[in-house]
Amino acid sequence: MSRYVIKRILICIPTLLVITFIIFSIMELTPGDATRSILGQDATEESMQELALQMGLDKPFIVRYGNYIIDLVHGEMGVSYRSDQPVFGEIVNRFPTTLKLAVGSMLIAIIIGVLLGVLAAVKQYSVMDFFGTAFAMLLASVPYFWLGLMLILLFALKLGLLPSMGNSTWVHFILPSITVCVGTTASILRLTRTTMLETIRQDYIRTARSKGQNERKVIFKHALKNALLPVLTVAGIEFGNLLGGAVVVESVFSLNGVGCLLLDAIKFKDTPLVMGCAIFLAFFFMLIMLAVDILYAYIDPRIKARYQKM
Amino acid sequence: MINPASSASVRRYKKKSRLKETWRRMKKNKLSLIGLAVFSVFVLVLIFADVIVPYEVALKQDMANRFASPSWTHLLGTDLYGRDIFARIIHGTRNSLTLGIAAVVVGMTLGGTLAAVAGYYGGKIDMVIMRITDTIFCIPFMLLGLSIVAALGPGLRNILIAITITAIPNYVRIIRSAILTVVGQDFIEAGRACGARNRFIILRHVLPNAIGPIIVQATMQVGTMIIYSTAFSYLGLGIQPPAPEWGSMLAEAKNYMLSAPHMIIAPGMAIVLVALSLNLMGDGLRDALDPKLKD
Repeated sequence: MSRYVIKRILICIPTLLVITFIIFSIMELTPGDATRSILGQDATEESMQELALQMGLDKPFIVRYGNYIIDLVHGEMGVSYRSDQPVFGEIVNRFPTTLKLAVGSMLIAIIIGVLLGVLAAVKQYSVMDFFGTAFAMLLASVPYFWLGLMLILLFALKLGLLPSMGNSTWVHFILPSITVCVGTTASILRLTRTTMLETIRQDYIRTARSKGQNERKVIFKHALKNALLPVLTVAGIEFGNLLGGAVVVESVFSLNGVGCLLLDAIKFKDTPLVMGCAIFLAFFFMLIMLAVDILYAYIDPRIKARYQKM
Repeated sequence: MINPASSASVRRYKKKSRLKETWRRMKKNKLSLIGLAVFSVFVLVLIFADVIVPYEVALKQDMANRFASPSWTHLLGTDLYGRDIFARIIHGTRNSLTLGIAAVVVGMTLGGTLAAVAGYYGGKIDMVIMRITDTIFCIPFMLLGLSIVAALGPGLRNILIAITITAIPNYVRIIRSAILTVVGQDFIEAGRACGARNRFIILRHVLPNAIGPIIVQATMQVGTMIIYSTAFSYLGLGIQPPAPEWGSMLAEAKNYMLSAPHMIIAPGMAIVLVALSLNLMGDGLRDALDPKLKD
């Protein structure tokens, strides 16, 4: 088992290298001058060149990339061009907001998605099934930033029940979380329904029923536990997307999370900050996928068996 | 000995019957027919936009008539420059729908080629392609899309490039798994045994048999791509004003939400309608193309 975990962790290293390389190359292609964005519009040609020399911007691309990676390994993410603050500190300051938003919407998505998915599958072709499927389809069709605006319009501006911006209390996260979770809820609902439909036709479910187990236990203990495996993987992927996809929603609700930070950084060509945000989010995503895979290996005896033989 | 004329007619008969069969089964799903009808309306709007409302109407400013509520002269009201929202939505269809369809067609073609190679040949090629795909998959899509748009600059074409590239890894995964279900089957081996060339087998035997799930995904993805592209426009990175586009209309409307809610409801509803119609269609197609559900 530990072999599997170690192997899985080692795979992360080249992945992270490739990701940094891709983002670094994209930023390289971005028009605009880094020295100008630091020194401002009325900087002289000389001072700009001096700064470029100081920052090592005159070196070839591959050398700068190499230096970046060496710094990264030493835990240095560089200094933001715009605020002159260490990138890592800026991200860590903003991250709790993004994480709260992602966790909140993930919880809503899992609770609603799994519950409605199970109901739809257990009573296939019933009103409940129709309602669940239609609901999922509607959720998948709504642009989430527009839904956010509609929620603000209704609950914040018209009814005055919930705040529309800020991140001081958990109440501030209600509307953003509902907004971000729609797509995830839809995909979890659909997937739960599909896997549940397959699972309740399995022999071991018939066995459970025939030994006189009550129906609720059959569904929630025997069937759901097995049906949730693929849902777990998708939930992991979706969680990563929630972290990254919150960019738009953070700007709708004026939440100062990593998404907003990234958007500003991209607009100002603040390369160290963009790189930092990208690596941070990708790293976090990989941690989640790693956790999901390891959890999977523990739950699914087939994976466990494959690695125990060695 | 089979005479060539009759074998040709057999082939034509078979092709027709497959399409007919799909249509017959899809007809049973009333919701997907509604989806098809609504989407057809949007496609007609896309083609005949200029006949419905001249393009100039969508751009004409009328400062005396700003924020007008829906009325008979302005079906969906006017925006902050007094432009007719109905006309802007009609002409916005062109930009948004074309973008969505183009992104899926280009993405599926590129992704499909990679997936076909990976799935059919297997081995090292498969491993390399899938490793790269998985790596790009680790970058949150919005982040990758935003960095690409930042590098290329705002605009319709650049958004198209950004969302297409971002979506390709997903397509590779979907299409590869569809292809893998076919590749292991006997008739592929029979093709190889006959000495058919790989390219011929992929194009004539593998793809036609794996096409079902691919079509379903493509249909639904058009809606998803439209939503992504409008998200970019909403952030101010899309098509530049004053050209009409649903996402940028929403961005403009955001600041006048309370005083002129009609400005924000109409473009959003347009996006929801398109995406919903495509999702309904895709769902019906899935059931119609699924051989397991054949009656």
